[in-house]
Amino acid sequence: MVDPRAHRPGLLARDNDDPVKIVAVAGLVALCSALAVTAAAILLEPRQAAHLEAEQAARMAAMLETLPAMAEVLAESGADSLTTRLVDLATGAFVDGADPADYDAEAAAADPASAVTIPAELDIAGLRQRAPHAVVHILEQDGEVALVILPVSGTGYQSRIEALLALEADLRTVAALTITAQADTAGLGARIEEPAWQALWPGRVVSDETGAIVISVVRGAASTPYEVDGISGATRTGNGITNMLRYWLGDHGYGPFLARLRDGGL
Amino acid sequence: MRSAVSRIITPLIDQNPISRQILGVCSALAVTTALDTALLMSAALTIVLCLSSALISLLRHHIPHVIRLIVQITIIASLVIVIDEILRAFFFELSRALSVFVGLIVTNCLVLGRAEAFAMRNPVGPSVLDALGNGLGYSLILILVGSIRELLGQGSLLGFTVFQTQTDGGWFQPLGLMQLAPAAFFIIGLLVWAIRAIHVDQVEPSGQAATPGGGLR
Repeated sequence: MVDPRAHRPGLLARDNDDPVKIVAVAGLVALCSALAVTAAAILLEPRQAAHLEAEQAARMAAMLETLPAMAEVLAESGADSLTTRLVDLATGAFVDGADPADYDAEAAAADPASAVTIPAELDIAGLRQRAPHAVVHILEQDGEVALVILPVSGTGYQSRIEALLALEADLRTVAALTITAQADTAGLGARIEEPAWQALWPGRVVSDETGAIVISVVRGAASTPYEVDGISGATRTGNGITNMLRYWLGDHGYGPFLARLRDGGL
Repeated sequence: MRSAVSRIITPLIDQNPISRQILGVCSALAVTTALDTALLMSAALTIVLCLSSALISLLRHHIPHVIRLIVQITIIASLVIVIDEILRAFFFELSRALSVFVGLIVTNCLVLGRAEAFAMRNPVGPSVLDALGNGLGYSLILILVGSIRELLGQGSLLGFTVFQTQTDGGWFQPLGLMQLAPAAFFIIGLLVWAIRAIHVDQVEPSGQAATPGGGLR
């Protein structure tokens, strides 16, 4: 039995093919790498989160500015008339007792404990799962709904698309659509971010007389109020937008909530 | 001194990683739709390449041969993640445009190629110079391709209008093709042609296999 400590060379002095050194080098490299990556992730996280929040807030503000109804109502009654509420998507009822500002829909959709799995046959937007609640903004005028702003998300050609859809008081007419996040092909699908394309949305109608959701982004030019011009070379991004809106306005999305608004107002 | 300079100069055109070694082509196709993303990608890759070459060269006597590729990839991947985090913290908008391609620097053959072919066998100084030269060579092609694609595809450079497009009331009809990946292939192909027209020695004898090493990463 040889005492292992009898002539133990320093770790670095060992032969490179020595198993102990192989394991030690692998372990040390992994440890240092893990430390560097962890430090970067933790130290920079607040700054990244601030960017994301600022971006979302800026898009929301930009959208609100473009809504004509918004400017009028705000001029009359001040900024407080825009209320933010948490909606239970399954029942369409407001969730009381929770602060909508604290609700993180993205985290709730990612967390297996809270996420609602979307049945495959309904999952036209390719989301797989969504949060049980959604944060909606409602603009009231004289006790009536003047505008509802719904966050929606779907799948484009190569990225997740997030948007805010504003519906007018009839809950059928689009007041505005603002894309808040997407990473589709620059110059093609990414043109859904251009104001010129988003300007095509106001006045479009999402559902026909029977209440079926028929809005779609078509190839080429739109011919009915239920259609929006597609972007050439970005058919799949356009289809993604169509499916996103059809899912979220449908029964598994905001359908119950919109039905409730239609029946009883607030 | 002379060799130090040549280490930086040679990979710029004679041994350019993209046009001569055909390495790093995948990212060159993806991030060159506009000049600003091409510039940021070039900077990110050059920094990763220099740092990884320095680290790997520093550790070269202690990296066991059997796990050398794993160690190299681990170092490169960690650097890439750190750089990606920094970009997302300080260059938020541009990092959005680069999306996954910063992360894909890990699989860029150029970085591993230089680590394996040069940094494993040479001291830190020459390794960093070699990495810098290759990074700049890659950057040169990216910037050229990015400029051409943004100028012809959008009529602008770095977001500033150069040719007034027809939609804005000007005369210029943007070439949509320039915004698609094949356009980068065409431009890189033309560049390779142009370089080989001048450096005739780069042309492989007919019947022989093309430049070894790489793949389209």
